[in-house]
Amino acid sequence: MNRINKKLQEDKKLLSIYFTAGFPQLSDTISIIEDLEKSGVDMIEIGLPFSDPLADGPTIQASSTTALKNGMTTKVLFEQLKDIRKTVSIPLIIMGYFNPIMQYGIEAFCKKCTEIGIDGLIIPDLPVKEYTENYKIIFEKYGLVNVFLITPQTSNDRIKFIDEISEGFIYMVSSASVTGTKNIFGDSQNSYFERIASMNLKAPQIIGFGISNAETFQQATKFAKGAIIGSAFINHLNRNGTKLIDKFIAEIR
Amino acid sequence: MSYFVDENGYYGQFGGAYIPEMLYPNVEELRQKYLTIMYEPSFQIEFQNLLKEFVGRPTPLYFAKRLSEKYNTKIYLKREDLCHTGAHKVNNTIGQILMAKRLKKNRIIAETGAGQHGVATATVCALMGLECIVYMGEIDIARQAPNVARMKMLGATVVPALSGSRTLKDATNEAIRDWINNPVDTHYIIGSVVGPHPYPDMVARFQSVISEEIKLQLKEKEGTENPDYVIACVGGGSNAAGAFYHYLDEENVKLIAVEAAGLGIDSGESAATSVLGKEGIIHGSKTLLMQTKDGQITEPYSISAGLDYPGVGPLHAHLCESKRAEFMAVTDDEAMQAGLELCKLEGIIPAIESSHALAVFEKKKFKKDDVVVLNLSGRGDKDLDTYINYFKL
Repeated sequence: MNRINKKLQEDKKLLSIYFTAGFPQLSDTISIIEDLEKSGVDMIEIGLPFSDPLADGPTIQASSTTALKNGMTTKVLFEQLKDIRKTVSIPLIIMGYFNPIMQYGIEAFCKKCTEIGIDGLIIPDLPVKEYTENYKIIFEKYGLVNVFLITPQTSNDRIKFIDEISEGFIYMVSSASVTGTKNIFGDSQNSYFERIASMNLKAPQIIGFGISNAETFQQATKFAKGAIIGSAFINHLNRNGTKLIDKFIAEIR
Repeated sequence: MSYFVDENGYYGQFGGAYIPEMLYPNVEELRQKYLTIMYEPSFQIEFQNLLKEFVGRPTPLYFAKRLSEKYNTKIYLKREDLCHTGAHKVNNTIGQILMAKRLKKNRIIAETGAGQHGVATATVCALMGLECIVYMGEIDIARQAPNVARMKMLGATVVPALSGSRTLKDATNEAIRDWINNPVDTHYIIGSVVGPHPYPDMVARFQSVISEEIKLQLKEKEGTENPDYVIACVGGGSNAAGAFYHYLDEENVKLIAVEAAGLGIDSGESAATSVLGKEGIIHGSKTLLMQTKDGQITEPYSISAGLDYPGVGPLHAHLCESKRAEFMAVTDDEAMQAGLELCKLEGIIPAIESSHALAVFEKKKFKKDDVVVLNLSGRGDKDLDTYINYFKL
């Protein structure tokens, strides 16, 4: 069984952390992953930086720009990750935009992911329809879980469809926004969380966008299986470099 | 082979809608409704009326006598430069503002490079009394001050795009992010035949009034609807899409798309996407785009802000790959000389974008009895500073 599915079966609320590979320094990738696991994080999203990240707010955009300036590329990332499974056992997901993956070659990319021990992919600008018609067969061949997003504007019918084709979890975008823009959840988020929870979907949901601290983590995981923190962790790296990661994580739980 | 969009939103292998799920409801609503709305009689009446009374259409198809003599062929200029606001851009913004109203959207966003599409959008928003936010790269704001002032006078808010290279590509990213943040009340008026399906098709249809008029006007002047050649410049490609549209299936009409070579195709400072680009995804569309081997989108360069875009609309990528259109690249210098020549021979100061199309006459020989229609997409008022600096006027 894929590490993601195994993790989803654990009887606990999951904390997943996103970071941009190659940020703050090119060579920080491995130490950040190892420190996150040691700090008790359940799952990690490794961001493959892109020049034009449409769904991201200023924090992740800036970290991507820095990472690219530092020299991060798809090849460099794969090289850095080649021995990651010797030290890290939690699920690892690569989150990236479609163009760099396309240029690497989709099948070659998937193959490399499996060799390294990557468990899944989140590609925000690869639409559901394109995936199911053209790429699902490749992802499945390499045992990779593709994670789909839903938002407060996604219709119930579409949510049901996405649930049906989801093999891992559903990435539930907390509000109509790009990453890193909201810091508190209001009534509209709560009612959206409740609405989704009451749909009794087959795939567990993990909430992302707007989770930045213990309070928002609690609020999100009251309804969902887990939550993802991205921009707030990037901000932590901005302030502290790669130090005090354990403290940042301890404050969330 | 069809050159029109297929039912899945593709032109051959190009097109589609590579958008994050957050944009799906908006883009899907537009996809389902745009054709129905566009071809409602009430829409057509309002659209045609505004094109006539507000934009000043039909624009003349002008026989350029002295230019024709010089190049020993028959050259007609389609005078889009005479449109209200100074370029063809307004054909599309009129159409899309009417679309937005019927979709019950009351907030309009747009991206702009040189500011022409921003001005055209601010204009129609003023006309309809809708809120207008225009994203513009910080660098473009500095170098296109008159158009920034125009937008402000027309009541628009101009928001600087501070990310990436702070030019058109980044302004487009910011507009898309705004749409993600405001998914219910907002319509995004894209300014070219780029972006996710149905935008390339919708914008091409609104701009197709250009070739619709050329057909009627040429019939009157030459006794035939079809010229031998249609020439247009291509950045994203909206004026070319409009000028080519009704000729796409007329294989005896040769199409020439002119890209900006900047300082030269191999100089590293160029915007000739058909030569330098590779298939990839930009702004929600699979098309040809300039990028690194690793798939990072690179910065183009052209003296003309309107051609300074790292991609090209998917229709044009298809016309290029299928060889339906001939793609030519024109340098800054060639374009500037051709622009000045039009001033002196015909008394028309063209936009530098259109000057790129004009430069074809120095590079390609036409027959004496060839009928060549060149789409003069815009006027040069906005480019005076560039002309002044270039020619030390």
